[in-house]
Amino acid sequence: MESKLNLNWDVVDKARKSAKNIARDTQKFIEMHTTVAVERTVCRLLGIDGIDGVGVPIPNIVVDNIKNGNGLALGASIFIGNAMVETGLSPQEIAMSVSKGDIDLTKIPMHEEYEIKNAIDKVAKEMVAKIAENRGVRESYLKQFGDKSGPYLYVIVATGNIYEDIVQAKAAAKQGADIIAVIRSTGQSLLDYVPYGATTEGFGGTFATQENFKLMRTELDAVGEELGRYIRICNYCSGLCMPEIAAMGAIERLDVMLNDALYGILFRDINMQRTIVDQYFSRIINGFAGVIINTGEDNYLTTADAVEEAHTVLASQFINEQFALAAGIPEEQMGLGHAFEISPDFENGFLYELAQAQMAREIFPKAPLKYMPPTKFMTGDIFKGQVQDALFNMVTIMTGQKIHLLGMLTEAIHTPFMSDRAIAIDNALYIFRTMKDLGSEITFKRGGIMETRVDEVLNKAADLIQEIEKEGLFSTIEQGKFAGIKRPLTGGKGLAGVVLKENAYFNPFVNLMLGGEK
Amino acid sequence: MSAGQYSLQTKEFNKNLDLTKLKPYGDTMNDGKVQVSFTLPVEDNERGVEAAIQLAKSMGLVDTNCAHHASLDKEFSFYVIYGSLKHTVNYEQVHVQTVDVEIMDMKQIGEYIKENIKREVVIIGASTGSDAHTVGIDAIMNMKGFAGHYGLERYPMIEAYNLGSQVENEEFIKKAIELKADVLLVSQTVTQKDIHIQNLTNLVELLEAEGIRDKVVLICGGPRITHELAKELGYDAGFGPGKFADDVGSFAVTEMVKRGLV
Repeated sequence: MESKLNLNWDVVDKARKSAKNIARDTQKFIEMHTTVAVERTVCRLLGIDGIDGVGVPIPNIVVDNIKNGNGLALGASIFIGNAMVETGLSPQEIAMSVSKGDIDLTKIPMHEEYEIKNAIDKVAKEMVAKIAENRGVRESYLKQFGDKSGPYLYVIVATGNIYEDIVQAKAAAKQGADIIAVIRSTGQSLLDYVPYGATTEGFGGTFATQENFKLMRTELDAVGEELGRYIRICNYCSGLCMPEIAAMGAIERLDVMLNDALYGILFRDINMQRTIVDQYFSRIINGFAGVIINTGEDNYLTTADAVEEAHTVLASQFINEQFALAAGIPEEQMGLGHAFEISPDFENGFLYELAQAQMAREIFPKAPLKYMPPTKFMTGDIFKGQVQDALFNMVTIMTGQKIHLLGMLTEAIHTPFMSDRAIAIDNALYIFRTMKDLGSEITFKRGGIMETRVDEVLNKAADLIQEIEKEGLFSTIEQGKFAGIKRPLTGGKGLAGVVLKENAYFNPFVNLMLGGEK
Repeated sequence: MSAGQYSLQTKEFNKNLDLTKLKPYGDTMNDGKVQVSFTLPVEDNERGVEAAIQLAKSMGLVDTNCAHHASLDKEFSFYVIYGSLKHTVNYEQVHVQTVDVEIMDMKQIGEYIKENIKREVVIIGASTGSDAHTVGIDAIMNMKGFAGHYGLERYPMIEAYNLGSQVENEEFIKKAIELKADVLLVSQTVTQKDIHIQNLTNLVELLEAEGIRDKVVLICGGPRITHELAKELGYDAGFGPGKFADDVGSFAVTEMVKRGLV
């Protein structure tokens, strides 16, 4: 591919190779460990769901039961499979008995390994088949309606009440939105369990629950059929329940998931060992379910300066790409992130934004790049905000960004009103129509500002990745090289949930999903 | 995340739609959310902001938030304010006057004239008074029309005269008599301090003085014209934004037949 920016492909290759080594190195750590979240996910995938009388999720009760019996290093599958052989009950029936205190999973005498695996495999394969079927439903919708060739218009709903969210989501879909993201309630990422059932009270967002997923899916399928378009749903596979949310999304056919390898560590102070293990399993599930993951590089620029720290965005994109490949996610499902966050007061800022976006497009040619709107420099001056969003829309259409998060003119004021969303969609549709082929009509000046800029960013990114390769990922994060945030190896939340696996550990879903038929 | 400042307030109000107490909708039923922006002729400082908020409260806003304020000049400041409107409107009791005729297309109007009027209809139009903007009258009258709707000049059985802009009312009436016009179209696009109202009223008075008000169909149009306002001012109909030659033409010829002006 001919680069419009005269990119130095040797440097790109070098950076990619270093990123691959980093992922490989980290993978050794990942494969030695499991976490409470991973095991709760296994429970959910075995069909365990619901809450007890005081609202504690059954998967948590089961995993706590195994953990208290010092059995987690073997994995939940073994104990549930063993109980199935012993009692002839289903995983859900066993789990309910555990919650009533009638069964203590680690106290049941151990049956033969092949019996346990047989019992588990049968249930696991049913769930994997169900997820594959969901994927098929999405594909057949896309075949029936066709998929959009230009950018997907992505909007958020965030009322706190799933039923009000649905009203807003349906209106947005009719106005032209392609992806509806339901923002989560503030602080959900720090809960070490997933709330249950339909919810109507949230703060700054709506709880991610399986029932809420299902309600939104049903309604947007109906709207999609009415409009003759497939409306994608996005949620957040991040925080302490990364893989559980991936499983819930796979079961309820969500289409897009925020799912970054490092975001929780940097921005939610979740322990790095915990996140790195959790992200692996969550991405295996997302990869298998055909879900597009969105990575969170854009967040770096909300804390660090977009001009000075642009290379950390690119470095993280390289690393996220390699972690995703290791978890079986094809490039076509990698919504690598970046953002339009240069200060409006910075001279030639638009050129830098255009250069960065074009560079990402060229380095990750198959990825449905996720492009975030201006947030940091949005103010209460909604009229100026509308212009900032217009410039952002122009970069997307000129450089072929795919997942286009619509900027809201009221970004700095409140979660969007229905009318804010409509104004944003109108703005984007206008610009995408009137500038549709501008990108393919223009070339950039040889040795000009943009070319010089990306050369600098690329070289700095390659240097940073090489340094990480030498030092290791964990130690780099400890030193604060991403987003200027330092996190200790044993600090943060959730470390207690990380367990070193024993040799006999097994999780049937890793092989079924990584090697299985898609 | 890009959701800006989260709204952390609990929403404790009745969330059921009640059409007798209709309120604006932000993101929750009955939240009453509105945005206003305006300029105050005072310096941009805390006092100015407080003044702006007090004005917003007088407008009936509660939970006010001055989202933006900026200096426009030493003695001028600009404000963007959000708030929840206290007022409601009884939607059940809201009645509007609309132009109530069957809309025909160009061809149908031609046939309607042939059948019911049996001669060419003369329509004259102008942007009257001080208004120099012809975009409105051109959209209705010019051959090319607007947004895919041909103008009246192209219509069969209609003889259309577009007199252009800044036509004085006296001149307009003189032309109407000279051309034996059946239909008079008056456009008012840009207006300040409600000068368009005075101008439109003045035309009606002059027509009555000449004794020809009853002999013509009188129609006005423009971005700030509603049918209700037009009726109030003594016009037969008013057309606001989004109306085209077919709407105006359909009304004009139907009205002529109805009033026996054939």
